[in-house]
Amino acid sequence: MQILIIAAIICLTLSFFVNRQKTVAGIKRGTIMFLKLLPALLFVLFLVSIFIYLVPEKVIVEYLGARSGALGIVTAALIGSVSLIPGFVAFPLAGIMVSQGVSYTVVAVFITSLMMVGALTLPLEIKYFGKKAAIMRNILSFFGAIVIGLLIGMFY
Amino acid sequence: MEQIIINFLMFLREMIVLLPLMFLLIGLFDVWVPREKIERHIGQGSGLAGMFWVILLATVQPGPLYGAFPVAYILYSKGARARNIFIYLGAFSCMAIPMYAFEIGFLGVKFWFLRLIFSLLVFVSIGFIMERCVGKDFKVREGE
Repeated sequence: MQILIIAAIICLTLSFFVNRQKTVAGIKRGTIMFLKLLPALLFVLFLVSIFIYLVPEKVIVEYLGARSGALGIVTAALIGSVSLIPGFVAFPLAGIMVSQGVSYTVVAVFITSLMMVGALTLPLEIKYFGKKAAIMRNILSFFGAIVIGLLIGMFY
Repeated sequence: MEQIIINFLMFLREMIVLLPLMFLLIGLFDVWVPREKIERHIGQGSGLAGMFWVILLATVQPGPLYGAFPVAYILYSKGARARNIFIYLGAFSCMAIPMYAFEIGFLGVKFWFLRLIFSLLVFVSIGFIMERCVGKDFKVREGE
């Protein structure tokens, strides 16, 4: 976050001194793109808020802890795909899962699908990439997450 | 209901600072970086070096995946090839440097290293497959 703020200030100052007109054009360009994204973004944030309310983190840990083997892996991939948990919450959560005996494979599948697959953000993704590409990327990432988990599991 | 609103406001607070800054940088990137440059480095003819550049760009950016979509649009509009756009999305979600400290802290160096290597292999493959399948009629829109 701080890095981003510093980067923005530096770039803006530099840009402003080198070429004022271009800077104004850039700011306008960014603002227009932001405003176009805003309605869809607010909708997604709303979905996520409901999701987190319905499925607290504790439930996820309990649910995955009780399952192992192929069922555990598929469950982890599914939960990871529909969850939208920021990284700074997800990693501590994964740490808890490991300490409760959930296998590294399941944890890796959960973490990776969480990061790569976004079922809740799919409407947003479709707006950018179109239906075919967005759905395909998510499906490939879903199986990709399982592959990554299985590969990691071979080293533990 | 109350909890949902609290969650919503929490996310909003996080996004309300992060996103305008990101879009400011995207806007400046758009006016300052010429299309010809992007096209040459990560466009149709680009190879390994092009992949390296998009991965580097993706890893230094913090934030959730949907923050990467507008950047993907800018890269596309400046002539990046489909493969590199999907590799960018993969690297953005799997290899963000700001998250390394968390991952190493909670899951250990070994896990972090293994996950990094294997996800790199997977998302680069996904990039190749995606370009194969959507290559010709691939378009990124502005997200309206």
